[in-house]
Amino acid sequence: MLRFIALRLVKAAVILIAIVTLNFFLIHAAPGDPAAVMAGEAGAADQIFLDQLKEQFGLDKPLLTQLGIYLGGVVQLDLGFSYRQQMPVADLILDRLPATLLLTITAFVISLVFGVLAGVLASARVGKWSDTIISTIALLFYATPLYWAALMAVLLFSVELNWLPGFGYETVGGGYTGFARALDIGEHLILPALTLGLFFMAVYMRMTRASMLEVSTLDFVKTARAKGLKPGIIQWRHIFRNAMLPVLTLAGLQAGQLVGGAVLTETVFAWPGIGRLMFDALAQRDYNVLLGVFFVSAAMVLLFNLITDILYRVVDPRIRAS
Amino acid sequence: MRDFWKRFKRNRGAVAGLAILVLVILIAILAPLLFPQSPWKMVQRPFLPPLTMEALPLGTDALGRNVLSGLAYGAQVSLLIGLVSTVVSLLIGIPIGALAGYFGGIVDDALMRFTEFFQTVPNFALAIVLVAIFEPSVQSIIGAIAIVSWPPVARLVRGEVLSLRSREYVEAAILSGQKNSTIIWRQILPNTLSPIIVLASLMVATAILLESSLSFLGLGDPNLMSWGYMIGAARTVIRQAWWLSFFPGFAILVTVLALNLIGEGLNDALNPRLSRKGK
Amino acid sequence: MSQTKPVLRINGLQIALPEGADRPFAVDGVSLELNAGEILCIVGESGSGKSMSANAMMGLLPDLVHPTAGEILFDHMDLLKLSEDELRDLRGRKLAMIFQEPMSALNPLMRVDDQIAEVFEAHNLLTPAQRRTRAIELLTEVGIPDPEKAARAYPFQLSGGQRQRVMIAMALALEPEILIADEPTTALDVTTQAQILDLIANLQERHGMAVMFITHDFGVVAEIADRVAVMQFGKIVEQGNASDVLDNPQHEYTRKLIAAIPKLHTGETEELDKSKPILEVVGLTKTYRSGGGLFGSPERVVHAVNRISFELGVGETLGVVGESGSGKSSVGRCLVRLQDPDEGSVLLNGEDMAALTGERLRTARKSIQMIFQDPFASLNPRSRVGRIIAEGPIAHGVPAKQAYDRAAELLELVGLDPSAIDRYPHEFSGGQRQRIGIARALALEPKIIIADEAVSALDVSIQAQVLDLLAELKQRLNLSLVFITHDLRVAAQICDRIAVMQKGNLVELGTADEIFNHPRSDYTRSLIEAIPGREKELAATG
Repeated sequence: MLRFIALRLVKAAVILIAIVTLNFFLIHAAPGDPAAVMAGEAGAADQIFLDQLKEQFGLDKPLLTQLGIYLGGVVQLDLGFSYRQQMPVADLILDRLPATLLLTITAFVISLVFGVLAGVLASARVGKWSDTIISTIALLFYATPLYWAALMAVLLFSVELNWLPGFGYETVGGGYTGFARALDIGEHLILPALTLGLFFMAVYMRMTRASMLEVSTLDFVKTARAKGLKPGIIQWRHIFRNAMLPVLTLAGLQAGQLVGGAVLTETVFAWPGIGRLMFDALAQRDYNVLLGVFFVSAAMVLLFNLITDILYRVVDPRIRAS
Repeated sequence: MRDFWKRFKRNRGAVAGLAILVLVILIAILAPLLFPQSPWKMVQRPFLPPLTMEALPLGTDALGRNVLSGLAYGAQVSLLIGLVSTVVSLLIGIPIGALAGYFGGIVDDALMRFTEFFQTVPNFALAIVLVAIFEPSVQSIIGAIAIVSWPPVARLVRGEVLSLRSREYVEAAILSGQKNSTIIWRQILPNTLSPIIVLASLMVATAILLESSLSFLGLGDPNLMSWGYMIGAARTVIRQAWWLSFFPGFAILVTVLALNLIGEGLNDALNPRLSRKGK
Repeated sequence: MSQTKPVLRINGLQIALPEGADRPFAVDGVSLELNAGEILCIVGESGSGKSMSANAMMGLLPDLVHPTAGEILFDHMDLLKLSEDELRDLRGRKLAMIFQEPMSALNPLMRVDDQIAEVFEAHNLLTPAQRRTRAIELLTEVGIPDPEKAARAYPFQLSGGQRQRVMIAMALALEPEILIADEPTTALDVTTQAQILDLIANLQERHGMAVMFITHDFGVVAEIADRVAVMQFGKIVEQGNASDVLDNPQHEYTRKLIAAIPKLHTGETEELDKSKPILEVVGLTKTYRSGGGLFGSPERVVHAVNRISFELGVGETLGVVGESGSGKSSVGRCLVRLQDPDEGSVLLNGEDMAALTGERLRTARKSIQMIFQDPFASLNPRSRVGRIIAEGPIAHGVPAKQAYDRAAELLELVGLDPSAIDRYPHEFSGGQRQRIGIARALALEPKIIIADEAVSALDVSIQAQVLDLLAELKQRLNLSLVFITHDLRVAAQICDRIAVMQKGNLVELGTADEIFNHPRSDYTRSLIEAIPGREKELAATG
């Protein structure tokens, strides 16, 4: 197991290096002088800063040397400097990361738990009206633009009904501390997490339902019935556990997409995470910040993938042995 | 073909989806006739609510532009970008998948590592970075969507080709002296067509969502009136004018839903053995 | 075979198929009795309804299929009228069942003893600790080596035969009155099959169960059955004592089925011109390696083909027989270069096939063609039959018109109507598809044909027809044949000489007569002794 984790970490490192390389070439592929690109919005930076960048990144040296310098910087967690914000990009991101983690992990858990539950329920009632209702809702969620769902949620629950806050991370000037503050943040969290989880909930629901139905046609389920086991036990012990394997794989892949979705959700809800950071950087064409957020979100995807791979090995003895 | 239609027709959702899609396509084509004026042109006072004026049933936006006209022209953008970017994804994904699956070994390893990389990278974030760096335009948006969307195609085609490649009729073709290119074109690819068609119909839907999300963030082509842009522009005024974000979003929802329904219908019709299990 | 009272009686059972099936009823008017302490074989070809009848007894019919008439009487109850709860109480406790595919019949994520313990759990018997102890006892009884270790194993860690033993252990757990075995040995190798048949017969005797054994194989029937019921198209056409039915079949269909079984006596070996073999194989070797690589997980090496040498005479049929994993298919694939051998040479007309590449390989392949196993996977579903056959010649430069004319002739040659040329493969039955496959192989006018399990997927009556066709074509076209098969009966019928393979090695090579009547190696002997129905056949021919 340890060797497996070590192997996967090496692989993840290779992918991260590839992403940094991609970033590097994007800077050079972008229209305009690389120094100006790094500085952000053309013309916004003064000549001293541009010269400093040229010096630091060896922009007059051969391309490969430049790549080496760039990679070396990232290895030391130097993601560049945001001229706009007058702060190192790494600090900017670290500052905002906790909020994004809170949002995405909550959304992930909500979507996984409810999606899988709904999928199991639908598969058990396949063809009946409850299946039709669940499947229809999933189909709708699956087609709803994330950001639009977020806006409509604000409109309904915040503006019209005034049940929940539709803006920010906590009440500004609320002065809450300790548990009261946690509650306040929790209240602010509900709408963004729900809307972010909506699409993925639909994905997990559809996957779970299909997978449960697929597994229930397999031979060992018939064996279980021939033993005289109760349908409930067959459903959970035999069908569900096997049906979860593909869902787990999917969850690992989808977890990363949550970070992308967070850009939209955080924009709508003014949630102070890296997604919102990315949106602000867009408006200012602050490329260093953009690329930094991209890099960090890719790293998060790799982390999620690693976790699901480990889970998969725990659950499936066949993978463990190979 | 008649069989195909018969099976497709059995899925009522798919037929409804097809009807909706045909309607959206008609609106997109007829937009210049229905609304001869540019959708960017101010026609009335700003923030005119829906149903207050007969000529402007969906009201006007913050700059007094006709919302309904915007929706019609937006349909053009959504369909165009959805379709073209899917075609481009297929053009990238099918050859990569077919080569990897057919030749196996090192070719497969190299191509699949490459594919895996693009699949691991968070695709929406990459699309944002690409469009931002290459400046928003129809081309850069299509390119970005295609670049983040092709990995599933490559994986699907590779899997199909891999399983078809060891199929006995392909081995028979090898023995009968047919060339690799003939075998890929005539024996293998035609048999991967059904799952590719199904995937493509779902990809158009995803591409529409992606395009609208980019436009929402202000990364749309500045010359095109798109649904995502309309919602993005209305985001800050949602408390005053709900309709400005509601209608374009609803249009996206309905169009994407229609495409997904069609995808399911195609799946039922093209892969009858597979889909029966799920019913 | 003591005459006791029936434990189960089926009266006029009728099971409807869903609309659009090829016939309205899967099972129609089936009546039979199962007596205590006997093994009743239900035998029939695919689609005869034999499995449906068994599943109906357990209440395990597929969703779209349901009984429409008749009754299944057991212990004063009609099983068809019981509620799902009542049936569930009987399943595992009074009626147990084992299935065909031991690979998929066990839950891949659960340990073996947990799966056995579930049988007790399902009926609220014993404490968890006792269940485990019983599981190990049961595994011991079904003869699994190292039962303690097997108990903690996952299914994928066991061989096919071992998994089938686990299934049997589960079925035995609650001492059921009836054991239903649905083709339990079909997926197993012949020696494993013999062991499992022995085990079932032993356990049946020891526990006094009634066994209903579903099979398509009359050899198995001869081996194990007390009584036999023969099914065709959902009806029982004949039933009676095993010896009566086998030796003196009354119904025409039964006679036809029994006549179609390849007989074990070998035919006259023709005098062949041994001076000049058409194919010479020397030291052929193929090794598979997996694992290894950069981070060094232990490398697994499988010697699929280990320095094999043989010759094939002009007009000769050479059988290559062996169990799964023996490497017999790899030999065939190396001969035609669907796989590249690691070492050795394949001399064809003085040219080494193993060393050719590119255009020269393409040309050389014309004289060595292959017939495949699976009649459904061996024809491109999107091509018309004419194109399937003509493609090869066209690729070699024959004008299309001429190639299609030839295709029509070939179809006639293999006993199909030339009009088949414009139809698609799915319009044909398995046997017809196999004929199309043969026509395709012949289209390039080869000198050698490799038949890889070419009749294994076919029902026995169709199998006999295809074998006859091959023999006839071989004569007419003066072909040489390499016949790869796991089925020694088939090999006995068609081959002049036979090569026996085990784990990549050539164990023995001799004339069919030598192999069957005077085997030299122990392995060959064990293979031959495991052929189901052999003893009975020997007794009959005297």
